[in-house]
Amino acid sequence: MKRKKEPIWIARELSRCSGCRKCEIACSLYHENRIWPTASRITVFMLVPGLEFPHFCVQCEDYPCVSSCPVNALSVSKETAAVLVNNKTCIGCGKCIDACPGRIPHMHPKEKRIVICDLCNGDPQCVKVCREGNWNVLKTVPRREMAYKLYARKPDEITRDLSIKVYGEIGEEYL
Amino acid sequence: MIDGYAGKCLEVNLSNGKIRETTFGDDILRDYVGGRGLAAKILWDRLGHKWEKVDPLEPENLLLFLTGPLTGYFPGGRICVSGKSPQSNGTVGSTLSGEFGVELRCAGYDGIIVTGQSEKPVYLFIKDSDIELRDAQHVWGKDGKHTVASLTKECRNLLRTRYPRFGEWKEPSMLYVGPAGENKVRTAIVGSKWAHAAGYGGYGAVMGSKRLKAVVVRGTGPLPEVADIGKVKRLINRVCADVYENELWRRWGTGSSGYEVGAKTSSEPVRNWQEEWHDEKSFGVDKFENRVWMKQYWGDFGCPTTCMKLSCVKDGKYKGAITDNPDYEMQAYLGPNLGIFTPEENVFLTSLLDDLGLCGIQTGNVMGFTAELYQRKILTCNDLDGLELEWGNTENFAALARKIAYREGIGHILAEGIYRAAVKIGKMKEKNLLPYAVQSKGVGIGAHGIRSGKDYPEIISYACSVQGGDHTSTAGLPLDGGGSELMEIFNDSGVYCNFNGFSVPRNTRFEFYTAVTGVKLTRKEWVRTKALKVLQLQRAMLLLGGPDLKWAPRKHDDNPPRFYEPLPSGPYKGKATVKQDVEDYKRRYYKAVGWDREGIPQRETLNRLGLQDVDKVLEKIR
Repeated sequence: MKRKKEPIWIARELSRCSGCRKCEIACSLYHENRIWPTASRITVFMLVPGLEFPHFCVQCEDYPCVSSCPVNALSVSKETAAVLVNNKTCIGCGKCIDACPGRIPHMHPKEKRIVICDLCNGDPQCVKVCREGNWNVLKTVPRREMAYKLYARKPDEITRDLSIKVYGEIGEEYL
Repeated sequence: MIDGYAGKCLEVNLSNGKIRETTFGDDILRDYVGGRGLAAKILWDRLGHKWEKVDPLEPENLLLFLTGPLTGYFPGGRICVSGKSPQSNGTVGSTLSGEFGVELRCAGYDGIIVTGQSEKPVYLFIKDSDIELRDAQHVWGKDGKHTVASLTKECRNLLRTRYPRFGEWKEPSMLYVGPAGENKVRTAIVGSKWAHAAGYGGYGAVMGSKRLKAVVVRGTGPLPEVADIGKVKRLINRVCADVYENELWRRWGTGSSGYEVGAKTSSEPVRNWQEEWHDEKSFGVDKFENRVWMKQYWGDFGCPTTCMKLSCVKDGKYKGAITDNPDYEMQAYLGPNLGIFTPEENVFLTSLLDDLGLCGIQTGNVMGFTAELYQRKILTCNDLDGLELEWGNTENFAALARKIAYREGIGHILAEGIYRAAVKIGKMKEKNLLPYAVQSKGVGIGAHGIRSGKDYPEIISYACSVQGGDHTSTAGLPLDGGGSELMEIFNDSGVYCNFNGFSVPRNTRFEFYTAVTGVKLTRKEWVRTKALKVLQLQRAMLLLGGPDLKWAPRKHDDNPPRFYEPLPSGPYKGKATVKQDVEDYKRRYYKAVGWDREGIPQRETLNRLGLQDVDKVLEKIR
């Protein structure tokens, strides 16, 4: 019997990331049937070596990307709470990138449309590979009333924070 | 076209700034695969006829950055750097981990062939088909970490400006040289991600001689299409599952060897290999783990092992040092080999050599050699520009490393690498100093000794390798076994990390190759034909040598004299390599790979492999 899907969230512990990018591989294999890192809905930034972390949609409570879309190409999944992109409607204008506090959405590298995490219809592939390898940066949890938007940060901002944690004041020099 | 390839390489002529695309026929790709194999083929075809006249540090040498069809697919992506080696005058397929190979393939290229020499320092920027040679004068002279920081910022800005609609640009991947490469130091690396290096071969010096500071690449396409994606997915999972089972390898990486290879197998260089045993628990992996590791798992594209550990010294005298792990080779060569047994000092030296762009193995080797000469009073404080080079004196070894990178004082001689330095200082001191040089064919030997007989290398591993002292490419029998150089040629030509292949059956890699390329290949076929071809090419170029050095196989297919001295301490005290055993094994090996009694590839072997042109050129040395 199939369990009824419930809204989920991917909890994240960024400083554990090894930078292996298996999440990008799994995501692009699932969505594109290719290994295609730039088309992946999750991106591992490593702006400074040692400060790797996955960057992907946090599903803000108020979904500013959805309301910014001029052509209503974005919607919220009732089942999983993920942001869904209607590829046919999307015009690739990039307004959702500017609306996102973490500038997380990005353009598909070949097609004129935006790429946003769809939570793999409730069974996120990135989480699977991350846990398989015991890195446990990512974990699927039920979605409750929380301030998820807090996690929507720009890559440079996250890098700065991780630098303080990993390298302390030494890291300042390389930011 | 065969699947699994982007189908074209970039060719960059630094003398005139021209950039064009080059392609290789299916027959060449089928035979030579990529990486190390393809490098040998390209070098032979373009330089083979005048090989012995080519100076590796002159513009006519080629610098190759080559991926293979398995790069990005077989877990643990790598890139192979090659050219004529300023260490051996032969060729080395020097591979290093990182994202570069994957980015390059996603940009649509299987490799980059660099020719000529630029007038001014430049770096090569590649964003898919948007390719440009850019001025690098502002980063020339910068150390590894600052080069990465500076060019990452610059190139992300470039991407942002040129492609503003994409969103946030992930950093491009980069290969670069530090000051040592710029100064054409023969122990210089091509570096990546602060702490990764292609060390064997000395290609940092070649890159520096071409005034190419860095290559920066961002590819936005998919990896090249494969023949059977379903099978590739299953094979990726199989390799990963095997690796995950082996948790301790993942947890401690090669860091456990810093103690283990000394204490247990007694095959670690201690004070320039005067000993190979130590029981210093201060150098145990637990000390590294608890005192300096910031990340337990640190890895590169698609890697299930993530054997590297991120180390950082946050306080005290060595504050500011950041490196990976350090992995076993750095642990040994910049630790016990210099009489150093504390994690912080070892991390500091490794980080410093990363920054200077020096190879920890080759430079650790030549510094150990120098310290032994000091111990034996052959070199004095005066010869060393005032440095008292006592074992364990970290500060002074750091000072010596800087001298080497900048070719100052004694550093100018040591920058020539272990063999040339030993000959030069020997002439100065009128003494044969080669007994203290632990090297093979100009390449310092990796940190796994052969005397105890308990470690993986065998008694001819280094003596007969076409890559000299390279511990990742060791010679041995049977030819299709784990200790065979022919099997290593596959890893370096498919271009992926051999560390992820340890626990999977030896045939899996060939299954993987077939699933990616659609070309059937068995282990037998590989060993009997294709790998042998690469081996003969590499052997031929090694024996042809260069303007300053040539190797005579009868004399130089041998271990360093030190390996014939009995081990003075430890559980295998008294054990030494027996010369007659080496000669016997050598004879069997020569026969198996089709070399004559002198170690020169035989005409029949070359004809059978279709290498008639090699046979003709080898007439010169027969």
